[in-house]
Amino acid sequence: MTIKQLSKELQDMTIAPTKLCEASLKRIKNSKYLNNFITISKELAYEQAQASEKLIKAGETRSPLEGLPVAVKDNFCTKNIRTSCASKMLENFIPTYNATVVQKLVDHGAVIVGKTNMDEFAMGSGAVDSAFGPTKNVWKTPSGHLKVNTFQGNQTKAVDAEEDWFIAGGSSGGSAAAVASGACVAALGSDTGGSTRIPAAYCGIVGLKPTYGLLSRHGLIPLVNSMDVPGILTRNVDDTTLIFNLLAGWDPKDSTTVQEDFEPIDLESDFNLRNITIGIPQEYHSPGIDAQVLNSWSSVTTLLEKLGATIVPVSLPHTKYSIACYSILNHCEVASNMARYDGIEYGLRSAEQQSTEEMFAKSRSQGLNQVVRGRVISGNYFLLSRNYENHFLQALRLRRLIANDFLNVWANGVDLLLTPVTLGEAPRFSEFTLKDNREQCATQDYCTQPANLAGCPAISIPTQLSKNGMPLGLQLLAPNFDDAI
Amino acid sequence: MQRSVKSRAVRQAINFCRSQHSKVATESEAPAEWKGVVGLEIHAQISTSSKLFSRSSTEFNSPVNENVALFDAAIPGTLPVINKACVESALLTALALQCRINPASTFDRKHYFYADMPAGYQITQQRNALANNGVLRFYVTPPDGKPYLKSSKLKQLQLEQDSGKSLHDIEGRKSLVDLNRAGIALMELVFEPDLSNGEEAASLVKELALIFRKLKTCSCKMEEGALRVDANVSVQKTNSTTLGPRTEIKNINSIRGVANAINFEIQRQIDANKRNERVVVETRAYDAQNKSTVAMRDKEEKQDYRFMPEPNLPPLRLAKGETGDKKIVSIDAILKRIPELPETLREKLMNEFDLVPIQAINLVNDEFLLELFYELCNQIENPNGRTVYGIIMIDLLSLLKQNSISYDKNPISTGNLLELYHLKQGRLISSHVVSKVMDALNQDPSKSAQKIVEENSWFLINDREVILKVCTEVVAENQKKVRAVLKGKKNSFGPLISAVDKKLNNQVDMQLARSIMEELIEKERNK
Repeated sequence: MTIKQLSKELQDMTIAPTKLCEASLKRIKNSKYLNNFITISKELAYEQAQASEKLIKAGETRSPLEGLPVAVKDNFCTKNIRTSCASKMLENFIPTYNATVVQKLVDHGAVIVGKTNMDEFAMGSGAVDSAFGPTKNVWKTPSGHLKVNTFQGNQTKAVDAEEDWFIAGGSSGGSAAAVASGACVAALGSDTGGSTRIPAAYCGIVGLKPTYGLLSRHGLIPLVNSMDVPGILTRNVDDTTLIFNLLAGWDPKDSTTVQEDFEPIDLESDFNLRNITIGIPQEYHSPGIDAQVLNSWSSVTTLLEKLGATIVPVSLPHTKYSIACYSILNHCEVASNMARYDGIEYGLRSAEQQSTEEMFAKSRSQGLNQVVRGRVISGNYFLLSRNYENHFLQALRLRRLIANDFLNVWANGVDLLLTPVTLGEAPRFSEFTLKDNREQCATQDYCTQPANLAGCPAISIPTQLSKNGMPLGLQLLAPNFDDAI
Repeated sequence: MQRSVKSRAVRQAINFCRSQHSKVATESEAPAEWKGVVGLEIHAQISTSSKLFSRSSTEFNSPVNENVALFDAAIPGTLPVINKACVESALLTALALQCRINPASTFDRKHYFYADMPAGYQITQQRNALANNGVLRFYVTPPDGKPYLKSSKLKQLQLEQDSGKSLHDIEGRKSLVDLNRAGIALMELVFEPDLSNGEEAASLVKELALIFRKLKTCSCKMEEGALRVDANVSVQKTNSTTLGPRTEIKNINSIRGVANAINFEIQRQIDANKRNERVVVETRAYDAQNKSTVAMRDKEEKQDYRFMPEPNLPPLRLAKGETGDKKIVSIDAILKRIPELPETLREKLMNEFDLVPIQAINLVNDEFLLELFYELCNQIENPNGRTVYGIIMIDLLSLLKQNSISYDKNPISTGNLLELYHLKQGRLISSHVVSKVMDALNQDPSKSAQKIVEENSWFLINDREVILKVCTEVVAENQKKVRAVLKGKKNSFGPLISAVDKKLNNQVDMQLARSIMEELIEKERNK
C-alpha cells in the first residue's frame, strides 16, 4: 500500500491512527532481532496518534501523512527523545528541540515511532559499527523466534546462525530495516556518501538523496556538513515524492538551504521517456562489481531504451579519484565536528579529575568508537598547516573536477544517469567484517559518494532479486535541483 | 625689528635642537641604538543586542549562563546563522577606517580545546576577511612634548566569535564555565607593526575607541572586556632592518595599561639584549600592579589551529550599490551612515576656529564639551575659537573638576557662558575674573555673569594712569628683580607683572601692564 492509499483508509476511518500505531509498535517489538531501533518512543507516538485521531474525526487532517507511523534515524535531534547517534558519547543526550525535517513530519501529522540504529555518527556503510550492536537485514535473516531456538540448540550452530545474516547496509541501516520490515511507512535517513541509498538497495526499498540545500540540515547531527543531506526511505517512489514535498524548502536556521521558493513535485502518471536521454557512465564498471549487478544494469538499460529513452554512454573521468577525495574531506570535517564532544556541556563525561585536558581525553576515548577516533586523527593530520595545501586543498580542487564531470554530462544533453548503487548484494555479516570500516567504506561508497561531492540528487530503486534472493538496486542521478525527474 | 624676530626664532630653533640633541645624547650613552617595534591586535565586541550566530542577548552582567542559545553551547545539530546587524557594524567600522572591502568574505574554523570554547573551534575569518588595508591616523601626545601625527596601517578587519569564560576554583579543583559571552560578535583588527612605543600604542587605542563610540559599533568599555588589546613587541637596532624575537602581550584591558605594558616590555627586551641574553618568543601577561609583563604558562609550544573553511556558512556577500534584497548588506548604503570622524572634526576645528592641535584633540576627545563648544560658537558672530576653548576647556572644566560636578549637572547656563565670552573677548574682564564669576555662578546659577561682574566691579582695569601708578610702586618695591631683568634674566619679568596684577585685584589688563612695565624698566636702564 502506498501512503496515499493508507491515508485514505485512515480518512475513511477503517483504521484508527492509534490502532495503526499499536500495530507498528508491535511490529517493531516482533522484529527486535533486527536491532533496527535504538529508542522506541512509545508514549509520544501514542500521544501523536491520539491527536491525529481527533483531527481526522474533526475533518482537519494536516496532510496525507496524518496518523502514519514514521521512523527517524538516530542522528536527527528529536525533542524529548534520546538522540544517541549510536554512540556512547550521546547515550544520555535528550535534545530540547526537533530537527527541522522532524518538526515538519510532526507538523504534518506523522507519528514518530522511534529512533533507528546506524553506524556511530553515521560513519560506516554497514550499520554494524553501532554502540548498540549491528542491524540485520530483514531479507533472509532468521526471525527472532528462530534465533531463540537456535540459541537453545547446539553452540556451534548458534554461532553459524548468528553469522548467517545479511547486513542491512549503512549507515541508515536501521531506517531501511524499519521500512522494509513494515514497521513504518517511511523513515528519515541521512546520506553523506551513500548512507541512504546503500541500505535502501540492500533492503529492497527506495532511498532518495535529495539535492544538497533542498532539505534543512538543522538538527541533523553532522558527519560532513558540506555533503550531508537528510535522506528519505520509503517502499515506493510515490511515497518518496510525497515525503520529499512535505520536507523540502528554505529553512532560516540552515544558511545552506536554498532561499528560493520550493515548487512541489508532481509525478506524471503518463511520464514519457521519449524526451529523456539517459547516460551510462562507463567509469561505474568498477572492478569487483558483481555480474548480477551488471546484468541488472544492462537489462534495465535495455528496458528503458525499449520504452523510448535515448541511451548514451558517457564519461565521468574523475570518478576513480572520487573516493580518495571523499575520504579526505570526510575525515577533515569529522575531526572538526567531533571537537565539541568534550564532556562539558552534554554527553559522556569521564570521572577523570586530574586536569581539564585529561578529562577531555578520557571522555573522548571512552565515548567515541575506534572508527570515529581514527577519522579524527587522520582529519586533524590533513588539516595541519603543513599538510593543508597538499591534502585538504587538493581534495577541494578534485571535488570541483568531479562536480564539473557531472556538469559536462548535463551540458551535453543528458537528463539522467543510470548507475549501480552497490557492487553487489548485501554481504553477510561475517564477510563484511573481514575488512575494516575504512576499507568497507571505500568499497561500498564507490558508486554513491560522487553524488555527495557534486551535491546532485540521486535515488536508489530496487530492480530485482539476486540468485540468493537478495534485493538489488540501481541508482538514478539528476542535475542539482532537478529532483523532479 | 624684523631682524630681532627672526633671530629669536633662530635662537629658539637652535635651543630646541640642542635640548633634543642633549636628550638623545644622554640616552645613547645607555641604549639608544635599540628601538621598539609595536603592532597591535584589537578585539572589539560589537554592540549589537544579539550574538553573531545566535539570537541570545549580549547583555553584560546577566546571571551566569542565562544568554545561551543551543548554538552557543554547541548542542549537536545546531547551525550558525549570521546576524546582519553585526555585519553592518563591522562594515561601517571598516569603511570608517578606509579599508578595502571584500565583496565576498568567508569564515573559517580555528580549532583548539578549551573548556569555554564549546564547539572545540572558533568561527573566525582567517583566510578571506571582511576587510583589509585600512589606515588609522591619530595624534600622539607624549607626556612631555608636542602632539604629533602618526598613522598605522590596518592589515585586516575580521568578524569572529567571542569565547565563554572559565572560572577556576583551585581549592575545590573545579572549573566552572559561563557561556554568556560565548558567541558575542567580535571585530578583530590587526595592525601592522608600525608603532615604536607605548604612548603611540595608547594613542592609537584612544583614537580607535573614539571612532568606535562615534560609530556606535563598540561600547569600548575596557573594564567589561568590550575592548581588548594584544600587543606584539620586539626591538630592533636603529641602523638595522632585522627585527628581534617577538613577544605577545595578551588582553591588556586599560589604555594606561597599554602604554605601561609596552614600555616595560621594550625596556625589558633592550636590557636583555644589552646583557646578551636571548629574548624568547612567548606570550606574556600584563601585571597592572607592578606595571610589568610576565610570561604566561600556556601556549608553551606553537599551536597549530588546523584552520578549515566553515562549511555551514556560505560566503558573506556584500552588494556594491543599493539592492532590493533586504538580506544583502549594501556597501554604499553603509557608506552613507559614516558620521564625521574625529580626524575630520579636528581638522575642521583647526581650520575654522584657528585652534592648535592639542586644543582640537582635547575637544574631540570629549563629546559633551565639543558639543558645548559648537553650541557657543553657533551663537556668536565671528567667534574667536581660542577664547571659547579657554572658557570651556580651562575655566568651566576646572570648575566642574574641582567641585566634582558631572556634566549633566553643569551649573553654568549657555547664556552665562556666552556673556562670559563676550566680556572676555571684548577685553572687559581678565581670565582670572572668568573663573571667579564661574565660582559665583556655581553658588547661585540663576544669576547673570554680566551682573556679577558689575556688582563686584570686576571689570578689567585698563586705565593707563592707574596701571602706571601701580607699576611704578612694584618697580620701587622689587629693585632686585628689576636689576635681574636688566641683566637679561627674562624669568624675573613675570613675577613683576604678577605683583601688579595682584595689587589690582587680578583685574589688570595684562597686555597693557606688560607694555607699561617694559617701558618702566627701559627707563630704569637709562637711569
